[in-house]
Amino acid sequence: MGERLRMIEAVRETLREELERDDGVVVYGEDVARAGGVFRATEGLADDYPDRVFDAPVAEAGIVGVGVGLAATGMRPVPEIQFQSFLYQGFHQLAQHVARIRSRTRGTISCPMTIRMPYGGGIHALELHSESFEAGFAHIPGLQVVFPSSPAETKGLLTSAIRSPDPVVFMEPTRLYRSFREEVPDDHEIPLGEARVAEAGDDVTVIAWGSMLRETLDAVEEIDASVEVVDPRTLYPLDTETITDSVKKTGRCVVVHEAPQTGGMAGEITSRVNEEAFLYLEAPVERVTGYDVPVPLFAREDAYVPDADRIETGIRNALEFS
Amino acid sequence: MPEEERAQFTIRSVQVLSEDESVDEELVPSLSDEQLLELYEQMKRSRRLDERAVSLQRRGELGTYAPAIGQEAAQIGSAFAMAEDDWIVPSFREQPALLTRGTPPHRILQYALGMEEGAEIPGGEGALPPAIPVGSQPLHAVGVGWGEALQGRSNVAVTYFGDGATSEGDVYEALNIAGVYDAQTVFVCQNNRYAISTRLEKQTDAETLAQKAIAAGIEGIQVDGNDVLGVYRVVQDAIESARNGNPVMVEALTYRRSMHTTSDDPSVYRESEEETEWEARDPIVRFQVYLENRGLLDEETKATIDDRVESEIAEAIDLAKEGREEIDPADMFRHVYAEMPPELERQYEAFGGEVDG
Repeated sequence: MGERLRMIEAVRETLREELERDDGVVVYGEDVARAGGVFRATEGLADDYPDRVFDAPVAEAGIVGVGVGLAATGMRPVPEIQFQSFLYQGFHQLAQHVARIRSRTRGTISCPMTIRMPYGGGIHALELHSESFEAGFAHIPGLQVVFPSSPAETKGLLTSAIRSPDPVVFMEPTRLYRSFREEVPDDHEIPLGEARVAEAGDDVTVIAWGSMLRETLDAVEEIDASVEVVDPRTLYPLDTETITDSVKKTGRCVVVHEAPQTGGMAGEITSRVNEEAFLYLEAPVERVTGYDVPVPLFAREDAYVPDADRIETGIRNALEFS
Repeated sequence: MPEEERAQFTIRSVQVLSEDESVDEELVPSLSDEQLLELYEQMKRSRRLDERAVSLQRRGELGTYAPAIGQEAAQIGSAFAMAEDDWIVPSFREQPALLTRGTPPHRILQYALGMEEGAEIPGGEGALPPAIPVGSQPLHAVGVGWGEALQGRSNVAVTYFGDGATSEGDVYEALNIAGVYDAQTVFVCQNNRYAISTRLEKQTDAETLAQKAIAAGIEGIQVDGNDVLGVYRVVQDAIESARNGNPVMVEALTYRRSMHTTSDDPSVYRESEEETEWEARDPIVRFQVYLENRGLLDEETKATIDDRVESEIAEAIDLAKEGREEIDPADMFRHVYAEMPPELERQYEAFGGEVDG
């Protein structure tokens, strides 16, 4: 039996276990060692593993780029980017090298790196502390994009991410870090690329991940219909089969995400539903997403991030279409 | 507090074989006659590979190619100073260094023929593939040098980049992080005076590029990059320093005698007087005179080396072209992930590939 943990504690315990299990794991990033990270995700790890947990200079390209070299020598880098938007300062390293080193060397060098980063709104942070750029990451061949939505999911997915032979962008929803506790099993591993049916139902399928999964589960409680909620968990690889099986059953589909609508993952998921389940659809796929605007400062943030009301409206639109 | 001076620095610049063919005997590195001849032959091999590659490109048989003509001493002298299990982290113009490290010339040609096979690392150790973006790869060398240190090994990483790369933020991040983590890394900046068409004076207002290391707290040193003995000496010292956790940046002063790549026409931005001036400082000519003066190189030996190089490069060209005949386009699906994800499998099958199981 496992302990009841918050998501942030699940991150920490997983890192601790993987540092213990594999001498190749090295954890580094801005403020991760002495201060234990700005969210305290890595608190105490440097005390136990002083030779493998490091503070890094404030240099995101550097943090991402040195991972390629560490991996080439046989290590398993697990860097933290303090907030997802700061990854933009290292985006070129991610796209030009991390994601491509395997194919560029025809498999002779790989980059088993897990880049952890908090993402998303809801914590009243500064500008550029609340973005959700998952579609951009999923668009880069060679990467895997992973979203935990609860403490237990965090443990299972982060364990698999760190053990994966290929690079993982691990997006941690900041507002779930401390929002609730959950029993987290020991030795928990969730394979990447497998979706989960978070709630079973027959009338409509709602697809949501990360923090939006929590909002969706709240919204569903207000709806007098049988709603199936699917958490894809990884956006690349995407478990198309679980999604389309669900849509074939319900005939209706809603995709929810925090990121802006244009070019977002909802478009990709809609396409796959069209390709695999078009004749089962009784309504167009409904999108509930952020708007095509920069995430506003926190005085207007609540108007931007989809909440239970907007999700509920989206679900009703899908249910009522005829 | 009164005003005071807090930091001062000097940049040393080293030359062993001078342009007038005089030699600083005290600085001559201890290399055997065989090693000296090997350095010479390697420079000839590299020059010939580049010349043949450019003419193949002109005939439409090769893709874009970045010749290193004029930079042989900077690259071969430095690569020759590396131990067998040290790492090379190259940019896209490192044919001379790669040949010195044992990369067969047909692989370099395969890459220029548009085949990833040329970037495959035999054995998976000791080298990273050519980096096409400018200045991104020194960070990988820092990761390698840091990773080797973390695992208690003494191998170093030697990375190559040009003068233009020093304007990229990544190069500064690399120098800075190397210092902080005591990474076992040597930075070889080949200052060949042009970043495509942009001359050094428009690249930076700094007096030397080596001094960019000083801001990161690591040693910076200059060497005459057309003096193979000087480069060998300086980089050998730098590697020893890096093995002990003290990274070094070496600025090799050289000149790209040819074009940036085969897509570029230097006559648009370079005066022919300047080119003639640097032709007289050619690294191979200078070293050849030195070897002749030492009695190590006569006409017969030169001819033997030239013949050997010529037939090796001819064989390499044939081998690379044979490889091109055999490529399987479906191969592009196979090395993106360790295990092919389902969405990629679907695309692969639609392409006509066969998925196992």
